[in-house]
Amino acid sequence: MPTLTFIEHNGTEHKVKGDVGQSVMQAATFASLPGITADCGGACSCATCHTYIDDAWVSKLQAAEGMENDMLEYAFERRDNSRLSCQLIISEEMDGMVLHLPSSQF
Amino acid sequence: MTLASVVIVGAGQAGFQVAASLRQEGFEGSISLIGDEPGLPYQRPPLSKAYLLGKIQETNLLFRPSDFFTANRIDLQHDQVTAIDRQNHRVVLASGAALKYDHLVLATGAHNRPLPVPGADLPQVFGIKTKADADALAPLVRSARNVVVVGAGFIGLEFAAVAAALGAKVHVLELGERPMARAVSREMSELFRQAHENWGVRFDFRQGLSSIDSDNGKVVAVQTNDGRSLPADLVVFGIGVIPNAQLATEAGLEIENGIKVDANLLTSDPKISALGDVASFPCLHNGEQHTRLESVQNAVDQARAVAARLMCKSAPYSALPWFWTDQGDLKLQIAGLSSGYDSTVILGDAAEQKMSVLCFRNDRLVAVESCNRMGDHMAARKILTRAPKLTAAEAAAVGFDLKAWEAENRD
Repeated sequence: MPTLTFIEHNGTEHKVKGDVGQSVMQAATFASLPGITADCGGACSCATCHTYIDDAWVSKLQAAEGMENDMLEYAFERRDNSRLSCQLIISEEMDGMVLHLPSSQF
Repeated sequence: MTLASVVIVGAGQAGFQVAASLRQEGFEGSISLIGDEPGLPYQRPPLSKAYLLGKIQETNLLFRPSDFFTANRIDLQHDQVTAIDRQNHRVVLASGAALKYDHLVLATGAHNRPLPVPGADLPQVFGIKTKADADALAPLVRSARNVVVVGAGFIGLEFAAVAAALGAKVHVLELGERPMARAVSREMSELFRQAHENWGVRFDFRQGLSSIDSDNGKVVAVQTNDGRSLPADLVVFGIGVIPNAQLATEAGLEIENGIKVDANLLTSDPKISALGDVASFPCLHNGEQHTRLESVQNAVDQARAVAARLMCKSAPYSALPWFWTDQGDLKLQIAGLSSGYDSTVILGDAAEQKMSVLCFRNDRLVAVESCNRMGDHMAARKILTRAPKLTAAEAAAVGFDLKAWEAENRD
């Protein structure tokens, strides 16, 4: 069961266990993580599960593309390392991954 | 006003979200969440697409795991409310128990409008509303050769795309003259008609079915209204829903196309709120006419509004309606309500299946429909939330870009 670390905008850290095959968004909502709104429930339709991938991890993931990339254009304060967590499917290799949360999802 | 107990009837998207938002807002009283389906509250949108295709599993449908409900003291009860006793502020349950409430929330949703033809009760005839429906349907759609879909709305077409992708011959019967006629413009209907036809789906518009034929208890064909027989081993219908307003009606609450609520989502009894698919509310984005919307956005935003009001942070409900449907590789997103629109401007290209339709009423932008143009959709949500100043003439100019316009016209 890979463990992910989410760091809120105010610095608060949360360790969240996720299942392989589950989306990072669902692992976060299952843990009631503050800061992931996920209005549409993971359908890539709302851009409210926005995260920043930590610098140490960003090269290990593909950049956002297609629909996700288009949605991210309208996420709050998009950066180069922005991803929608509903489109990140947890794998064993993600154990220990660090994600940062934006100050707002809107 | 400090409430000691909130009882929520209905554990779908709206009911679940009221419970979750109440705790998030710091509510400390008791919360009872009463649902008549087994298991934990779950999302419905994937039932007619990703879940049916096997792309996501049962646990991916859940809003939260079971320990969330324990940790947040949300008493999830699998039961049915049989009556609301308004005088004594309690609900009566099918199990015989009664629950007292300081505030009651009706999130009872809607049920599928039944197919009113002989043969509709055969085991290979389905509406898609619950996980149980999808679980029973999943193996049949994989083995079906001839599928008849009744109704070319969101659900019917989502299912048609799934069935075609799984290799079935799909025939859609629709009483209207085009797909999704209630929800989208003529131009967008046409894009989706062509896409479905490319996937092998056949349409018959202005056409219903008169009966479903069986042999040894199995569906073998359907008879159309104009007297044709179409081979079928599976029939799926999506012909609209009926709000579950019976409890409210029996309790004497005001009803008008669902449970009638005011701008604060309160029913005619100030101790009872209603929201989601069952509630008819004065919609700011529909000229303040009473409107009933069946969508995730409506359920979630209204739930947050009800929870905030119960925590005395009241504000009239004003969220912009938005919707989506996924059909094959097409994502249709709609921002705003297009009812009564009188002109359109098209952005993008239908042939490339990337197109937005801007709908204007009296030269005011009221809705934007986007197919595979997420940027337009997100820009439209921002634009429509404020009183939009965009005119049809401006949007029709060569090279107009909705996203750029949004960026230049913030506040």
